[in-house]
Amino acid sequence: MTLNKSKELLLEMKNIHIDGFSDERWHKILKGVDLTLHRGEILGLIGESGAGKSTMGKAAMGYTQPGCKIIKGEINFNGIDLAKLTEFEKRKIWGTKISYVAQSAAASFNPAHRLMDQTISAANRLKINPMDVLKKDAVQLYESLQLPDAKNIGDRYPHQVSGGQLQRIMTAMAMSPRPELIIFDEPTTALDVTTQVEVLSAMRSIVDKFNTAAIYITHDLAVVAQMADRIKVLRYGEEVEEAETRDMLSNPKEEYTKSLWSVRSLIKPEETNEDYMLSIKNIDAAYGSSKVLHNVSIDIPKGKTVAIVGESGSGKSTTARVITGLLPQLKGEIIFDGKKLSPKLEQRSKEELRRIQIIFQMPDTAMNPRQTVDEIIGRPIEFYQGIKGKEREAKVIELLKMIELDETFLDRLPSELSGGQKQRICIARALAANPDLIICDEVTSALDQIVQEGILKLLQKLQKELGVTYIFITHDIATVKAISDEIVVMYQGEVVEQGLKSKILNPPYPDYTELLLSSVPEMDPDWLTNLLNKRSS
Amino acid sequence: MLRLSLGLVTVFAFSVIIFSTFSFLPGDFATEILGQSATKSAVKALRAELGLDKPPVTRYFDWLGNVFQGDFGSSFSGRSKVQGDQGDRSREVVGLIVPRLKNTLFLTGVAAMLAIPLSLILGISAALYRNSYYDRSATGVSLVTVSSPEFFTAYIFILLLATLFPVFPTISNVDEASTLAERFYRTALPVFTLTLITMGHMMRMTRSAIINILSSEYIEMAKLSGASRYEVIVKHALPNAWAPISQVIAINLAYMLIGSVVVEYVFNYQGIGRLMVGSVYNRDLPVVQACALIFASTYVILNLIADLIGIISNPRLLYPK
Repeated sequence: MTLNKSKELLLEMKNIHIDGFSDERWHKILKGVDLTLHRGEILGLIGESGAGKSTMGKAAMGYTQPGCKIIKGEINFNGIDLAKLTEFEKRKIWGTKISYVAQSAAASFNPAHRLMDQTISAANRLKINPMDVLKKDAVQLYESLQLPDAKNIGDRYPHQVSGGQLQRIMTAMAMSPRPELIIFDEPTTALDVTTQVEVLSAMRSIVDKFNTAAIYITHDLAVVAQMADRIKVLRYGEEVEEAETRDMLSNPKEEYTKSLWSVRSLIKPEETNEDYMLSIKNIDAAYGSSKVLHNVSIDIPKGKTVAIVGESGSGKSTTARVITGLLPQLKGEIIFDGKKLSPKLEQRSKEELRRIQIIFQMPDTAMNPRQTVDEIIGRPIEFYQGIKGKEREAKVIELLKMIELDETFLDRLPSELSGGQKQRICIARALAANPDLIICDEVTSALDQIVQEGILKLLQKLQKELGVTYIFITHDIATVKAISDEIVVMYQGEVVEQGLKSKILNPPYPDYTELLLSSVPEMDPDWLTNLLNKRSS
Repeated sequence: MLRLSLGLVTVFAFSVIIFSTFSFLPGDFATEILGQSATKSAVKALRAELGLDKPPVTRYFDWLGNVFQGDFGSSFSGRSKVQGDQGDRSREVVGLIVPRLKNTLFLTGVAAMLAIPLSLILGISAALYRNSYYDRSATGVSLVTVSSPEFFTAYIFILLLATLFPVFPTISNVDEASTLAERFYRTALPVFTLTLITMGHMMRMTRSAIINILSSEYIEMAKLSGASRYEVIVKHALPNAWAPISQVIAINLAYMLIGSVVVEYVFNYQGIGRLMVGSVYNRDLPVVQACALIFASTYVILNLIADLIGIISNPRLLYPK
């Protein structure tokens, strides 16, 4: 964030209206949003999913997704109205004058081409510099983005490098033709916190270096605070407020802006007991020949919540699969309520199956899209408890009330529910078996902040009422603070430590826990700078 | 390697099925040839001579052993009907099949060379101009051609191009002496028929494979980095579509070969399909078995090639992590 920003206008979007076609009708996605950006400035666009921030970011390029159209508005980029250009004319600007960094780098690179070819393809279209100059420049970009083996990494294919590396290579790709504006569309959302820090600092330094203007889109206020000079908050396709980053953080004007980080204020007092619902002892597990769990032992106290944290690949979800019997362990045993559980799912009794339930990360894919809510919740009631007919229906309605919905939802299909409602139905489905232990596998990661808060509150309420035990798998430390009694930290298939929340979250930390905790972005615009200074010293 | 050995196992399994199916057919060559009035002893003698009296398992392994040496045995029907004749007029199956196989391969080869590029071009352009009138009519017409049986298509061609407008001959007689130009001319109608019945399927699959890929994120990314329409399709979508496209091409080439059984019959073309039909009629086991085995192996080989293309075109399989 250099202070010598010119006040020369680069992009001015006026009164943008965009409609999108879905469910066989046109919806308003953006309802008259304005945006201005000066050369070398970074603007943060934040909001929940469906707020229209991504649509706005793409509209800044004059692009709309298939099924969307610009109804009204001007997009003045360098004095040219992009909304009036033809596809052919816009193509000369895309990728060269304005470039785009997408959310999921893994899906956004073409799997069939080498990374170097993709990095320089846009710059090569300009026909200013020959290929070898571009390649040399790309290697330099890789270096300044701190990619390992910068000279040769471009020869690899996308599947051969990690997600964090891909995201940095995509930044290099965006930077290669030296654009005047880069749109970052949730570039770190899919990454682990520890990786996110590296990617954020790499992106920030390279944008600073070339004094490129940028629009940074995210739903994470703490992340945008590290990147942006100014922040604009969107909701339902309209602007909520806009302010300089520091002003916005210290003094958010609108209620809505404040609520965006409300989940971070949710805190549960910790409790534990010596009576264990589940103990897993010295578990080893493998997928094929690659071993992913090494000697994992975890105790889950009855009626409490244990959060398992760690980055992707740490073995948290695998642990859940072993507990449910989906992946039989190679070694070690699982003691459930005093009795040994058979490793294989097929050898467990129906009663044992009933008592352990799981809720998945993606409610969209965890429900049969052709079944109604009634069928989804009613099926485990019938299967585990043998209740049918009227009684079953009463039970389904009771469960719906428990998750704060009502009987009007009975005949709906999953496609007719919002993300938060879907996850509530998944919770009700797990409860329908009347379980003693529920494994929540990243249940809030796919949801917006406000919806997350609702789901977490609901889970806490249910625990109080029903005394159910939770294993909460997550990579989000704010969620952990909000819901857990005990915490298990996992890294590369091993348990780093297990203990009460207060013990794990306060010093002294083992090295890895410290790295993990310090990587969680904070609502302080200087957080990243301070962190990097601290780490380099 | 695994695929290759699996392929061999498949062919082997086929050979068992082929052999046992024909062994269980009612009646055999001996009763068929000698007629209903034949004495039991005559039938028995003929059976002994042909080796039909041995138990099926023994016959199977004898046959298989010979096949491995490239010897498909002798045709039954070429032999003399007079008992006591030494049978030196009987024809080797290999000698019988090879010229016919060449004819069939010529027919299907020409049809494939016509059908594959055409359906790729049509499929890609339909994907490019999705939901345009061009796309709709192309997919509509292809549905009709896919769903009409090959003999029907063949007769339509005969009606149009041989009877109403006599451009091509209805009977595709070719022999060793025919020149290449003559061959093309005479086989035009069967080639058109085979092309038409397979093209629809290939075209539709190409179209949907490309459309499937066009909705992926890296295509949007390519567009946003300024790639032209042509570049998006040829450079970004097509390399990722080879695997499904080659699969469907393999299936259709195999289908073409099998479809040639009917088409050759309709146009009286001296190919392997017609030979097989004739031999089934005569209960000429060695010939039928050889033909069926050839069909089965072609199927397996084509699928192997398709798998191979799938692997080569996918860097994820070619360069592991």
